[in-house]
Amino acid sequence: MKNILVIRKNTYFDSVTLMSLSEELKKLDEAENVMVTMATAMNKELLQKEQLADASIEACTENDLVIAAKVLDEVEEEDFIGLVDEKLKGDKASGEKEEEVYATIKQAKAADEDANMVVISVPGEHAAREAKIAVENGMNVMLFSDNVTLEEERSLKELAHEKELLVMGPDCGTAMINGIGLCFANKVAAGDIGIVGASGTGMQEIMVLIDRYGCGISNAIGVGGRDLKEAIGGIMMLDGLHMLEADEKTKVIVIVSKVPDEAVEQKLLEVIERDITKPVVIYYTTDEKKTTDLKKVVFADSLLCAAQKACELSSGKKPEEKMQQIAKFEQFADTQKYIRGLYCGGTVCAEAYYYLKQKADEVYSNVTKDKEHMLADVFKSQGHTLLDLGDDFFTTGRAHPMIDPTIRLSRIKEECEDPECAVILLDFEIGYGSNENPAGTTIDVIREGMELAKARGREIKFVTYVLGTDADMQNKRQQEKQLAECGCLIAESNLEAVKMACRLIGLEE
Amino acid sequence: MNQLFSQDKLNIINVGLKGFGQDAMSQGAVVKQVEWKPVAGGRKDIIEALDKVEPLAEKIKEANETVVSRMKAAKPVLVGMDLALNVVPEMTEHTILHAGPPIAWENMCGPMKGAVIGAVLFEGLAADDEEAVKLIESGAIKFDPCHEHKAVGPMAGVLSAHMPVHIVKNETNGDYAYCSINEGLGKVLRFGAYSKEVLDRLAFLRDEFMPVMQKALALTDGIDIKLITAQALQMGDECHNRNKAATSLFYKQISQLILETDCEKAAIQKTLSFIAGNDHYFLNLSMPACKLITEAGQNVPYATIVSTMARNGVEFGIKVSGIGTGEWFDYASNYIEGLYFPGYSKEDANPDIGDSAITETTGIGGMSMAGAPAIVQFVGGDVEDAFNTTKRMYGITTDINAAYAIPNMNFKGAPMGIDMLKVIESGVLPVINTGIAHKEAGIGQIGAGIVNPPMECFYQALLAYVKKYA
Repeated sequence: MKNILVIRKNTYFDSVTLMSLSEELKKLDEAENVMVTMATAMNKELLQKEQLADASIEACTENDLVIAAKVLDEVEEEDFIGLVDEKLKGDKASGEKEEEVYATIKQAKAADEDANMVVISVPGEHAAREAKIAVENGMNVMLFSDNVTLEEERSLKELAHEKELLVMGPDCGTAMINGIGLCFANKVAAGDIGIVGASGTGMQEIMVLIDRYGCGISNAIGVGGRDLKEAIGGIMMLDGLHMLEADEKTKVIVIVSKVPDEAVEQKLLEVIERDITKPVVIYYTTDEKKTTDLKKVVFADSLLCAAQKACELSSGKKPEEKMQQIAKFEQFADTQKYIRGLYCGGTVCAEAYYYLKQKADEVYSNVTKDKEHMLADVFKSQGHTLLDLGDDFFTTGRAHPMIDPTIRLSRIKEECEDPECAVILLDFEIGYGSNENPAGTTIDVIREGMELAKARGREIKFVTYVLGTDADMQNKRQQEKQLAECGCLIAESNLEAVKMACRLIGLEE
Repeated sequence: MNQLFSQDKLNIINVGLKGFGQDAMSQGAVVKQVEWKPVAGGRKDIIEALDKVEPLAEKIKEANETVVSRMKAAKPVLVGMDLALNVVPEMTEHTILHAGPPIAWENMCGPMKGAVIGAVLFEGLAADDEEAVKLIESGAIKFDPCHEHKAVGPMAGVLSAHMPVHIVKNETNGDYAYCSINEGLGKVLRFGAYSKEVLDRLAFLRDEFMPVMQKALALTDGIDIKLITAQALQMGDECHNRNKAATSLFYKQISQLILETDCEKAAIQKTLSFIAGNDHYFLNLSMPACKLITEAGQNVPYATIVSTMARNGVEFGIKVSGIGTGEWFDYASNYIEGLYFPGYSKEDANPDIGDSAITETTGIGGMSMAGAPAIVQFVGGDVEDAFNTTKRMYGITTDINAAYAIPNMNFKGAPMGIDMLKVIESGVLPVINTGIAHKEAGIGQIGAGIVNPPMECFYQALLAYVKKYA
């Protein structure tokens, strides 16, 4: 160890600058102790106490800079002083300018008085409180969070109704408001079809089909899966309807939901009869045939049908939907009898389920409450199984399969090992919020599964559907290309996918 | 009818997953991102209390506006100097005042004990430190917080009967506040030193310095402390941990007055060089001025503005305007994050101590760090950090104090009126710039840095507030 001591007469630096500089230099491996300081009385005493300087510095004044260090013998004084000088210049590369962040909704509102929508995705137990703060501060809410209690939902929606604001959700995954898609949403054309829905992927599917048929969306309001339950009473469904009725951009209204509780369904029709002048297309996920005397209401029996009817009302002509001509696949092994649908989207799963149920027996799913068709064990397929992997069973403590496909990947392998499995149906939701490359993260497993089955003398058919548009960041065509390259069949709609599966195993022609 | 669609645009506040905000922004929406954390760390009693207070929002807003307008209207002016015994309310020969919330002798930290012994010796109540301790333990000395006597003191904040104090007056309401004379750095009473050198300096201040200052101050209607603060904030001070500019500005005024007195040249020289030799002289003027500003906003019913923040070296205490002057809400003081003088480290540090956080209580000091970027180096940050700190502080305060413009903030005024509700809701604590005292008496300042009050103080205050109003 050796000492370095350099004194610069009448050279002033701020003491804090020097303290932080000394701290930084002290961390160097080659330095045991460093003190770069102005020679004040106190510092002179310290320099001597630390044995960094001798009594010779007594002559210095507080306007003199002292560079004192104890360093390894091999350190050149010139280099060390050069380093100190470099640091004294203070020419630090300035970091990226920090993004504006706020600690509370109120703070953010204070920074933007025009804020009109609060998107909330915090853990469910805290979500209702944040939503309430948003509503109390005069803003609409998109409540993505789940695990909000029914009581909380009701009181939130009552408050919002009173204040003439929207509370979309809880567990609301999709909306498009004033041209901006929220959470899980696709880039679709603007137009005159407004949607109010209690179903996320159902709304997405209708929107992308409308886009494909050359029509467009005015606004899409997601109200959350429980809104049409009696406990909530459809508060937001009714407010949303009134909003679309008043919305100058909206010409046609589409409603999509699970079948509402009876009283709510009745009330909904009453409100449409009394207050709504625009034509209304309704799709409930059910195989029950719905009818009404109301002229302005049309019931659809699938998402696809809802999209077509809406476009017909919007543009005056019915979109053409040509089915792909595929034949029964004859090379299935004798054991291969069933379709296995592994869905990320709940409503697209339901649409497929209600279709397949009309075509086959032994159809099981976790989207139905019908005891006869309810899956006994969601982790094990039986007969024709259409599985919603976005179910709480699978998502508790992990991301939704639209974001993280892990849960579906392992299930694909299991199905490929099952001798009874003939066709695997897969949906790929793209767009905002979804996985960056859902097809890409799945094709390896599809290939593996195909090989695995082949090794056992079976061939498995994959029917896939990419829910999205070419304008989406993941690009629909690009996704389909990856799937086609590994031998998957590509459907043009979710309904077509299940129909293709039926044809492959000969359930329809 | 909901006006959302006719507004024809979407301005979003995104709470939670950042991606949702980024996606909306990429589509042209205006997005403000909230860095969400569970409110009050998820503490049920606090969340319930916040919900109970919510219906009072209108009343609170009104009350807080009243507080801030009174704080803004305050005009603190240095009008004189005298012995504490002569001017400080309820001061006696056997009273020793200290920094922070109330504390008993046996619980005091090292530096405060040292300072108390020093004060006993200085007052001539004991011949040596052993005798002093005996006297104190006998209960003959009455301890009380400075804050309860319209006074404030930096670090140990020890004030006894025959120490001179600055007399600062709020010309708006006629109120007074008092503060000792800053002794400089090194071995000083406020860090618990009581060697002969320390006691001699205190005697000099009493016997030589004060008489000159009294004569000088008699020649003026007063020296406007608020004005000096405002100017110094434009010169790189934040008037808590950096007072270089303010001290110089003060020196410009007091030196003229001192030269006008009929004092002996030697006395004048000693007085002037004492002030000139201590860059922190102004701290002991900034503090009583801030005390007057916060006092002006005390005891406004329903107000949730913090009116006092002070530390005794063991506990951090706050008071809240609407709850009233009587109640302190205390919790164990934090340790300071900062830079240490060579030879010292965190192990040597005493927890946060002193009444000087009264400056932050009015919105200067750490709250206005953007104006004093040199300070931010204490925690290894850069100028941007200073800027961001002050920006965050606007989020927990009620108003902007135009009288204190900060050049680096585009001359935006300093944040004013710390709202305990905003602190709790956001989880953002006030930022305090402060010196670090050695935990043993008499060693002195060993560094400086940045510290926060404990959140628990705010929680306790909220619970008391709910009891009183909700």
